[in-house]
Amino acid sequence: MIYREAGQYKASYQADQAIFPIAQDRLAMLALLVIAFLVVPFVASEYVYRAVLIPTVILSLAAIGLNVLMGYCGQVSLGSGAFMGIGAYAAYNLAIRLPFLNPFVCILLSGFVAAAVGIVFGIPSLRIKGFYLACATLAAQFFGDWAFLRVRWITNDTPSGSVNAPPLQLFGWDLSSPTANYLVALCFTVVLALGVKNIVRGHIGRQWMAIRDMDIAAEIIGVRPMYAKLSAFAVSSFLIGVAGAMWAFLYLGSWEPAAFDIGRSFTLMFMVIIGGLGSILGSALGAIFIVLLPIFLNQALPPLGAAVGWQISTATVSHFESMIFGALIVFFLVVEPRGLARLWSIGKEKLRLWPFPH
Amino acid sequence: MRTRKAALLGAALASAGMLAIAGAPGTAQAQNEQFIPSLVYRTGAYAPNGIPFADGAADYINMLNARDGGINGVKLVLEECETGYATDRGVECYERLKGKGPTGAAYFSPLSTGITFALTEKAPGDKIPLITMGYGRADSRDGEIFTWNFPLLGTYWTAANVAIQYIAKEWGGFDKLKGKKIALLYHDSPYGKEPIAALEVMSKKYGFDFLQIPVPAPGSEQKSQWLQIRQQRPDYVLLWGWGVMNSAAVTEAGNVNYPRDHMLGVWWSGAEPDVLPAGDKAKGYKALMLQHPAGKFAVHKDLEKYVVSQGKSMAKAEEVGQVLYNRGVINSMLGTESIRTAMAKFGNKPMTGEQVRWGIEHLNLTADRIKQLGFEGMIGPIKLSCVDHEGTRLSRVHQWDGKEWKVISDWFTGDDSILEPLVKATAEAYGKEKKITPRDCTKES
Amino acid sequence: MGFFLEVLIGGLLAGVLYSLVALGFVLIFKASGVFNFAQGAMVLTAALALVRALDVFEQWHWPFAVALLSAFVFAAVIMAIIAWAAERLVLRKLVNQEGIILFMATIGVTFFLEGLSQSLFGADVYPLNVGLPKDPVFLLESLFDGGILVNELDIWAAVIAGLLVAGLALFFQRTRIGRALRAVADDHAAAQSVGIPLNQIWFIVWLVAGLVALVAGTVWGSKLGVQFSLSLLALKALPVLILGGFTSVPGAIIGGLIIGAGEKLAEVFLGPSMGGGIEIWFAYVLALLFLLVRPQGLFGERIIERV
Repeated sequence: MIYREAGQYKASYQADQAIFPIAQDRLAMLALLVIAFLVVPFVASEYVYRAVLIPTVILSLAAIGLNVLMGYCGQVSLGSGAFMGIGAYAAYNLAIRLPFLNPFVCILLSGFVAAAVGIVFGIPSLRIKGFYLACATLAAQFFGDWAFLRVRWITNDTPSGSVNAPPLQLFGWDLSSPTANYLVALCFTVVLALGVKNIVRGHIGRQWMAIRDMDIAAEIIGVRPMYAKLSAFAVSSFLIGVAGAMWAFLYLGSWEPAAFDIGRSFTLMFMVIIGGLGSILGSALGAIFIVLLPIFLNQALPPLGAAVGWQISTATVSHFESMIFGALIVFFLVVEPRGLARLWSIGKEKLRLWPFPH
Repeated sequence: MRTRKAALLGAALASAGMLAIAGAPGTAQAQNEQFIPSLVYRTGAYAPNGIPFADGAADYINMLNARDGGINGVKLVLEECETGYATDRGVECYERLKGKGPTGAAYFSPLSTGITFALTEKAPGDKIPLITMGYGRADSRDGEIFTWNFPLLGTYWTAANVAIQYIAKEWGGFDKLKGKKIALLYHDSPYGKEPIAALEVMSKKYGFDFLQIPVPAPGSEQKSQWLQIRQQRPDYVLLWGWGVMNSAAVTEAGNVNYPRDHMLGVWWSGAEPDVLPAGDKAKGYKALMLQHPAGKFAVHKDLEKYVVSQGKSMAKAEEVGQVLYNRGVINSMLGTESIRTAMAKFGNKPMTGEQVRWGIEHLNLTADRIKQLGFEGMIGPIKLSCVDHEGTRLSRVHQWDGKEWKVISDWFTGDDSILEPLVKATAEAYGKEKKITPRDCTKES
Repeated sequence: MGFFLEVLIGGLLAGVLYSLVALGFVLIFKASGVFNFAQGAMVLTAALALVRALDVFEQWHWPFAVALLSAFVFAAVIMAIIAWAAERLVLRKLVNQEGIILFMATIGVTFFLEGLSQSLFGADVYPLNVGLPKDPVFLLESLFDGGILVNELDIWAAVIAGLLVAGLALFFQRTRIGRALRAVADDHAAAQSVGIPLNQIWFIVWLVAGLVALVAGTVWGSKLGVQFSLSLLALKALPVLILGGFTSVPGAIIGGLIIGAGEKLAEVFLGPSMGGGIEIWFAYVLALLFLLVRPQGLFGERIIERV
């Protein structure tokens, strides 16, 4: 009833190919953005910013980056944690060595550094496929871990190898408050997500999808695998790198290589799969889900246990957390392997017919 | 199929509702309570070492509540948060717990060098002190730059210095160090790298060769490192590990027949979980002490009477009195004594983080007071100031005899002629990078 | 020269230990096409079950041999339950899904098992002693200065791995179930159509992988003490796996030997000039180099693609 597209005529190709061809979608998206940009800053507490909003927004971008590679181009990567690290350390070095650059410029430039490295580590994908490739990308992960620790130039000869983000300022404004951090991250994520959405709708995106569906067939109809695969690696690494730089500058403030270890790679992969392969919206949904679930379990389990008269210790909580997390992942994969994004579109279909399903 | 989808939509809605709960940290609190957060790791690769520490820290606070009703009538409320030794989870715990209780968190003890680094950036803004007892940044003892960090009882540079002093004493003087080879086998992380700066300075000063051998985390496989040691034949091996890396190192030392009594661990490599898995091979292995030994002291009587025997402790029977358990107890004691010191100035009510900092900076535990608290024989006197956030530079060495840790040395004091310039230099560099104006300690009471 | 040989032998023996973990991966991939990331967690679970049961039985003053045997049986039962649950609750529901989805599901299983085993059996470190000797021995002392140092435990591990591979080979080649397993590995649909019960076969193969995990857990647990880090061994086994090929049992052993020797030699001889700690990524890079020549691993089945 409320979600009815009857009567919305498309008079031009342009209108037909819009990102949100249905007026209600446009409105909903607009409302979401207004809430995110204008309402949230007035209601969110510092805790909500630091523990929920900032990580969700930044990891959404990283998940979108990984989704470009995995969901659109079909190349499985377990090295995304290292690419976040490359972004973080690149931004740090740019900020330290070129002090006249604004930190936000550094964040953006770090994406290009990550993209360049991504192309190099993407080369094996021209020959190796599937799980062999997934394991091979672990080489990037472990090499990254090692380089951040061992190559002293990267950490500017800090004795312990732990580095700090520079103070964040823009035109003389101090942008280190959580609200500012959140808005900055949101701006980067929204703008880049919009860019990616347009790339994947364009000819490059179509090439990626052709490669994903069957690379030999794609090659025969004239898609250059090298160009398509490497461009996917570049775009993906760019996004992940920017997300990594934001993770370091806006969220952690001070970090060590362990912040970008293989656990991070797995988290991102979860987000993409739970959210839905090949969906920008799904990446964001996946990030929200994976960030919130542990926090939720952690806070909800002890009161739940107390309600049935069982004092739950911290250790039990985290064991249960791990078990429930694992079980939920299996559960989601069993009921809907195509992720939250697919659920979302099923919901939309239902809504279109509601309240008269037949 | 239909019901399945419906159930799923329900699940999706429920997960959206999670935001409400996840976003709202508990706020309702009684007024006369002092909130003390405890970052712990009871799961994961470092749990064997994290569990006894967390138990000790909790038991002491519970004992104060049961015996004295808290501090000066203010009840202590402890809440644990599981970090799994991961920095991002540690930051999340910090954000969640820092504002809890009527006055916010009294202090944080991150129990991880990585989390300490991250919180060092955040604590000044929130005005909450970090008690990093025996870990964290070595240069953070400089209270003029690191106003909120308190590496009480010892830093890694103190540890490195005392280790070299001990070796020199064993060999009969500092001149004997010349031309000898000392290897550092370390956990490849900021924690393990922290002592390198101090050891490099000392290697130049005393003329010994300094060999660095990193072990990638978590350190369960060390065959190649020990083959290197077998090839290079260092005269002494300093072990800077944590978790499984320690027991693996001791085992591998046995495998390559490296004499265990030529190995000296830092105080995080000298507890029961580090030697028990190695069995007989650990016999003779030595480690620095963060002042205190294993065993039971006066305070343990009260712990057992008010907490353990009441079934309120999570510790297993054999755990009480172990090295890391005792360390947790001391950590809580120093924290609560700081709160007590602060109350003497600000009144008997819950303290804010800023007031607790004042309390830590004016903490002065004399030998008499330590005896009164029941910690005689565990730690030496400690007195902090605005400038010195470490308080004492004492350490001893103990040795594993196959069954228990035996104290085998007298007290050593860190040599400030070496440590002081090093601390000053790096702290200043940090201050410059972060654009911190140093506090003027002469102006503060 | 003596030292080079020592590093080489040490590396080869370490490689065999990785192979023990890699074997479990191969078995499951071969029979069900699932890349089972939970193998590391299975090693942890099996070892924890074994060591805790052994502790309890020893407290009841059972003779050591009986206690040990009962503990093994107990751990094997636990692994059987896991195999049954994995087949029933995960594999059967996800049949015909893409490999990546199944892979993700096994990561979910990993989290579940890690939480379950630690909450059932504790998160401490438990020394495990099943009677394997652990002393170092020196070989060829007359030839080289100081001799070549080898650990008895490593030699035993190599012997056990050898027996295991031989046993598995016999099982696959000579038994009825083994033949069925090979048939399923070849072609699910064809196997099913000639009357091989797929679900049973999957259960059996997960059970066998669980038992291999139990053996790996016993050996590694004797070496390090049983603790959470056993779960991380999966990451050490992956380069072995891609080098040897996902589908080859001998490949897991040979891959283990190459990776073990390669990474130890690199760490000891190249490491110091590069700052050390290179063995983890070196193993992966080494495997990657082999992959560039043979994209399906040394002994993996050739991937034939048709358009």
